[in-house]
Amino acid sequence: MHDDDRVFRALADPTRRHLLDRLHERDGRTLTELESELEMTRFGVMKHLKVLEDAGLVVTRRSGREKLHFLNPVPIRLIHDRWIDKYTERYVSALADLKTKLEETG
Amino acid sequence: MTTMTQNITQVYQVYIQATPEQIWEALTRPEFTQRYFYGTRVESDLAIGSPFLYRAGDSEELLVEGEVLESDPPKRLTVSWRFLYDPDLAAEEPSHVTWEIELQDGGHCKLTAVHSELGAKTAEHVAGGWPWIVSGLKTLLETGKPLAG
Repeated sequence: MHDDDRVFRALADPTRRHLLDRLHERDGRTLTELESELEMTRFGVMKHLKVLEDAGLVVTRRSGREKLHFLNPVPIRLIHDRWIDKYTERYVSALADLKTKLEETG
Repeated sequence: MTTMTQNITQVYQVYIQATPEQIWEALTRPEFTQRYFYGTRVESDLAIGSPFLYRAGDSEELLVEGEVLESDPPKRLTVSWRFLYDPDLAAEEPSHVTWEIELQDGGHCKLTAVHSELGAKTAEHVAGGWPWIVSGLKTLLETGKPLAG
């Protein structure tokens, strides 16, 4: 599966978006903490976290005996750049063209 | 003044089609940082205990002040981090930034930036910036072009 497909698939689920919201509020939570806020079995939460991790939206780090979950917004930023950045670039080059034109005629 | 515990950590991760050496250069050489790090120029000899600074590309103004805490090229770099351009941010204790570069099967790399021991104000300040910087670094290394924004 392509990276972008994984990101869109991961985001296309309210529970997973809710998990990201929780991490956005406060990063670096354990599975137990995340589980306590959801009406779901531990296994269910683990499954959702795995999908988020595979998409790169959640990154885990070990801290002693604990596994902490962090929200990684970079894949969303890359999707943003893919469509938005092109237009800012065009805008910037249009301004540069305008400047050149003005300087030529001026 | 009350001393607050600065214990916020943020993690940013991206896969980049580049060698560890290329990524290391992009992190530690001013001609690269200028193209993806808000136009700033990094300045450091990378020896443990040496200053690790970011200056504005145009004015030479010192924007970020830090010190090299750990340097294992091209795999791991940890620096302390203090913003100087805003008094509220400068008043917080320095935080730590660690860059981890891990070579993956297939020749590309996983780059992880861990910003730890963050105070609340600095944490809020950097949360929007890191995704932009990290994705800009990827774009620069993979296409040779900086992001336009």
